[in-house]
Amino acid sequence: MAGETILSVKDLRVRFRTLDGVVEAVKGINLHVDAGETVAVVGESGSGKSQTMMAAMSLLASNGEASGVVDYRGKNLLTLGKSELNKVRGRKISMIFQEPMTSLDPLYTIGNQLMEPIRKHRGLSGAEARAEALRLLELVKIPDPERRLKSYPHEMSGGQRQRVMIAMALANDPDILIADEPTTALDVTIQAQILMLLAELQRKLGMAIVFITHDLGIVRRFADRVYVMRYGEVVEEGKADELFASPQHDYTKMLLAAEPTGRKAAPADTAPILLEGRNVEVEFRIGGGFLAGPPMLLRAVDRISVTLKQCQTIGIVGESGSGKSTLGRALLRLLPSQGMIRFGDKDLSKADRAEMRPLRRELQLVFQDPFGSLSPRMTVGQIITEGLLVHEPSLSTKERDKRAVEALLEVGLSPETRNRYPHEFSGGQRQRIAIARAMILKPKVVVLDEPTSALDRSVQKQIVELLRKLQADHDLSYLFISHDLAVVRAMSDYIIVMKQGKIVEEGPTEEIFGAPREAYTKTLMAAAIDETKFRQSA
Amino acid sequence: MFLYVFRRLLTAIPTMFVIVTLAFFLIRVAPGGPFNQERGLSPEIKANLEAQFGLNDPIWLQYFNYLKNLLHGNFGPSYNLPDFTVTELFANGLPISVQLGLSALALALAVGTVLGIVAALNQNKLGDYSVIALATAGSTIPTFVIAPVIQLLFGLTWKLLPIGGWGDGAWINKIGPILTLSLPQIAIVARLMRGSMIESLRSNHIRTARALGLSDWSVVVKHALRGAVLPIVSYAGPAAAALLTGSIIVETIFAIPGIGRYFVDAALNRDYTLVMGTVVVIAIFTIAFNLIVDILYAFFDPRVRYD
Repeated sequence: MAGETILSVKDLRVRFRTLDGVVEAVKGINLHVDAGETVAVVGESGSGKSQTMMAAMSLLASNGEASGVVDYRGKNLLTLGKSELNKVRGRKISMIFQEPMTSLDPLYTIGNQLMEPIRKHRGLSGAEARAEALRLLELVKIPDPERRLKSYPHEMSGGQRQRVMIAMALANDPDILIADEPTTALDVTIQAQILMLLAELQRKLGMAIVFITHDLGIVRRFADRVYVMRYGEVVEEGKADELFASPQHDYTKMLLAAEPTGRKAAPADTAPILLEGRNVEVEFRIGGGFLAGPPMLLRAVDRISVTLKQCQTIGIVGESGSGKSTLGRALLRLLPSQGMIRFGDKDLSKADRAEMRPLRRELQLVFQDPFGSLSPRMTVGQIITEGLLVHEPSLSTKERDKRAVEALLEVGLSPETRNRYPHEFSGGQRQRIAIARAMILKPKVVVLDEPTSALDRSVQKQIVELLRKLQADHDLSYLFISHDLAVVRAMSDYIIVMKQGKIVEEGPTEEIFGAPREAYTKTLMAAAIDETKFRQSA
Repeated sequence: MFLYVFRRLLTAIPTMFVIVTLAFFLIRVAPGGPFNQERGLSPEIKANLEAQFGLNDPIWLQYFNYLKNLLHGNFGPSYNLPDFTVTELFANGLPISVQLGLSALALALAVGTVLGIVAALNQNKLGDYSVIALATAGSTIPTFVIAPVIQLLFGLTWKLLPIGGWGDGAWINKIGPILTLSLPQIAIVARLMRGSMIESLRSNHIRTARALGLSDWSVVVKHALRGAVLPIVSYAGPAAAALLTGSIIVETIFAIPGIGRYFVDAALNRDYTLVMGTVVVIAIFTIAFNLIVDILYAFFDPRVRYD
């Protein structure tokens, strides 16, 4: 399938001028793309994989500059004038991005946005461009395309928006489609659909695809050739199957082994029940108000019962909007809910804020976003000891400091970090800080809301291992909320599958993964199947 | 949409009622009354005057009488300018203040928006720094400095403009006041526009537009600008309400017979009816412009839906 080389990148360097001086994001890399092939550029965050392609398309942020050669069919894109460049961008080389929710202009209809590049590059009349836009929406399988032309982006789901992005990118029959993490922001079932669509369109239209991704499942399934990047350099390149069969560079080997492994055994049947919810219900009111009529009720959690034993980890899986985070918060009484909730021998259902406060130290929560959940104006020491001020006010400053040191050591951070600020730490380190903040109070139940989703695979694995060790050391019970089946499988001994606020299926982990009964669970599994297979072979 | 506007107008009624009630009682809480300042006023005459204007009635009766008159569109007589009713004062002064305010607002929006865009497109370059310097100067130099400087330079030194006066609405008389009113607004609009344009240019859909090979004109004007004007629209509403109801400083310095000076004069003189009239006019303008802003929002941003 591969033909002549159409794009070659030679000694590309990308620098950013920042307040801390010049940062070199890409350090002289070489790569090439042949007609019709699929190339994957793999790496973890900060590896420079996205900036490489942004530089090639002259889309760097205003403080960035690129040097070297990006040769597209004899033209160096880096030195091309604006109007010449715009004959290549969107025409010969086009791009789709990670953020389908924000990559379309919210103020114009889909039709308007689709027609604009068509008219610009091909000089078609309005009516011709409209017909072309309609054909493209059909090509990317958007239902009811005629009506969708008049829709605004906010009226469509993430998956549909990504389809529109693909339609826009393919509008002018490009040679190369650059897909920058095209499915990362989407639910697993939607991810699979988008990837299938891309593969099908490639067969039909014959363009080359460059996948920029951290997801080895995608690489294994779709790529002909792979470039592995780290710290702005290409550390290994080669044919995909060869690279997976016998990785040469240590970093590649580490990436391949970074899938979380291992299984958790169920707690003994005699283990005491710690947290119990019966028919828990959460409703949100939408709209309504003075003279605006009654509000709409959205039932985010619909009569769900959960029993969490000591030392147990219950994995709650589901796609975005399934109500899994809401359930976690309702069980901790962070949201008003209906139904019965017991913690040990206390009934939490009627407990108000003041009654809940002493219990909070035993019921902790760790959030998904390690960047947003730590106050940027407090030192790490202040952040993790803040809970002690409330729950153990009798501690002296010295004792608190001692506890901070213990907690940091426990999560694998050096005690000196307590005098520094969150922005000085990486995503994985921040998540460790967030875990230390929960652990310092010596809780019994921790709700982990997507604690690994914002992290790279290799870091995920470390966090999973840390959480396991803490559980074993302190007899903790976890509610582990995640959409990532590989991590859930490695962490939990019991699984609840949620959809639209209801439990679709529940049972011990091996039963759910081994023999899912419900159609929805099977779809979820099928979407993630490559990852699972891959993990078993690695 | 029609229903929404209707509903908003309906909610304006209780809002107006609350404002009128608060203002009515607040001004009466202040010590003194409309006829206390007049020197040499014998007690008999003062009592006569107060009886004539119903100021001896119990306060609740005064309040209900005022509400009744107001519902008939009658603001009552001015206590301190006895030759005029409040309605007449506004009929004469309001068109003048509105004219100056509207012109100043239009000028500020036009110039400020352009300056802001220029600055955003030249971020951290000379063009940007010049606009920021201008904007900082514009918003820090007070009106009571700008106005005399304009009078001094254009009126006395170069003799291009009249120093003051309304001149029966001759356009040359309006230039000074309009400039003075608009300079601080230009500064604010330019800074707002710069910020929101920079943010807009950084957004993901602008990256998409560039990746599609669209021209700079389309990227900046069609895609970046439309989203970036929204903060200007929200600012322009309250700003319009303030500008159109006149400025005491500008109207005093340029000797313009607008309504801007009434608010302060009337409050100082305890001219109850004139204070109330000013409050009602400002409230109506504020409510109206907020509604206009919300309608414009729906026009600029399809995500905003009113139903």
